[in-house]
Amino acid sequence: MCLAVPGRVVGLRSEDGARMAEVDFGGVLKDVCLEYLPSVAVDDYVIVHVGFAIQRLDEKSALETLANFENLGLLEEEFGDGFAQAAKQAGVEQPGVEQEPRA
Amino acid sequence: MKYLDEFSDPELAQRLLTSIRETATRPWAIMEVCGGQTHSIIRHGIDQLLPDSVEMIHGPGCPVCVTPLETIDRALVIAERPDVIFCSFGDMLRVPGSERDLFQIKSAGGDVRVVYSPLDALKIAKENPDREVVFFGIGFETTAPANAMTVHQANRLGLRNFSMLVSHVLVPPAITGIMESPHCRVQGFLGAGHVCSVMGTAEYPALAEKYGVPIVVTGFEPLDILEGIRRTVIQLEEGRHEVENAYPRAVPAEGNPAAQQVLRDVFTETDRTWRGIGVIPRSGWRLADKYVAFDAERRFDVDGVRTDESAICRSGEVLQGLIKPHECSAFGAECTPRNPLGATMVSSEGACAAYFQYRRLDLVGAAAHE
Ligand code: SF4
Repeated sequence: MCLAVPGRVVGLRSEDGARMAEVDFGGVLKDVCLEYLPSVAVDDYVIVHVGFAIQRLDEKSALETLANFENLGLLEEEFGDGFAQAAKQAGVEQPGVEQEPRA
Repeated sequence: MKYLDEFSDPELAQRLLTSIRETATRPWAIMEVCGGQTHSIIRHGIDQLLPDSVEMIHGPGCPVCVTPLETIDRALVIAERPDVIFCSFGDMLRVPGSERDLFQIKSAGGDVRVVYSPLDALKIAKENPDREVVFFGIGFETTAPANAMTVHQANRLGLRNFSMLVSHVLVPPAITGIMESPHCRVQGFLGAGHVCSVMGTAEYPALAEKYGVPIVVTGFEPLDILEGIRRTVIQLEEGRHEVENAYPRAVPAEGNPAAQQVLRDVFTETDRTWRGIGVIPRSGWRLADKYVAFDAERRFDVDGVRTDESAICRSGEVLQGLIKPHECSAFGAECTPRNPLGATMVSSEGACAAYFQYRRLDLVGAAAHE
């Protein structure tokens, strides 16, 4: 969970008064909060941890790191389904993810 | 050299390794604090590629692993309440509490949800005004800004059905804890890169000076780790103990000042128990008094929780670098990722998990291989 992944900012917006961005992580798009790097613009690369951009990164380093992470399966670990991963580790069926709350 | 081809630039890796081999004239023990680095080291066999004189000692930098058992048990009590939607990072699901884990609560019908970001939990709270939404806020300094901003936003939006179970831990006091231990063998540290992306490097010179240890900040990718080790060995051989930044592309010396400002507003330093290790003074953050309305431990009555830790598990010693995972007699036998006795066997940053995933065949033979 401590992984921080580089991605490219593809769109800017504001939500509940917070600066947000859509960020592309090698094809996976995620909403990312930009409150800690307010001057970031579209096409900039940022390092993102749990939905927050914490630093900028140059394009070359970002692309190299992304390619590394992709090869190592780390992007799947970071953005994949947590319950599916835990179920696999436990060797059991995955509990219904869309389960309705109990009455 | 079975691992070298797996490096993104095997030639550079070879050059770094040669340089380390030529530099190291004496035995040195270097600790990587961060669990992400531990995984990278074991996965790429960096510890086996290094000359015998350079030993990597794995440190306590897995936030999931050091979250106190009592806090895990409190999380489980909260998560099974019918009025609660309990949100967590996926890594926490199978961390063993005294009797069970979050995954089992979910299987038994509890509303446990895995979120990518704490802001997702905030969104769930907005969409479910009649439910209590609780986020399990753990992590080191890298994760703290996300959790801090989420509390800050919840406060700004006046969300009354959102709270956070906070158990943040900090790297510099952990380094102090390691160095103060009478059994300490560590002579140099690799600093955790993304922690310093947030906090900068200003906290480290005093530690390097006081304990006479070089601290080289570096990243998580194999080449970054090799470069970090190389620079640490050079300092050790030259008798220097300075803070060096081997990861400047992601770590400006000042860190991220905007994040630090929100951290100071939302959190307050506190003594924190580290699972398996014990209390380390001023080693954690809790919610500041003005945000106490968002403290899940206050909102729900969890004081009576009684804990029962595995008598076999030696994860505390693993986390302090006192033993390697396979030196625990349960490794690969009673304790596997399927039936974990300790958090270090299930977290993606836990050392026992790394050894099991990448080394178990070498270490415990085919018998323990399921
Ligand atoms: S192998 Fe299992 S029992 Fe042994 S220290 Fe690691 S987590 Fe604990």
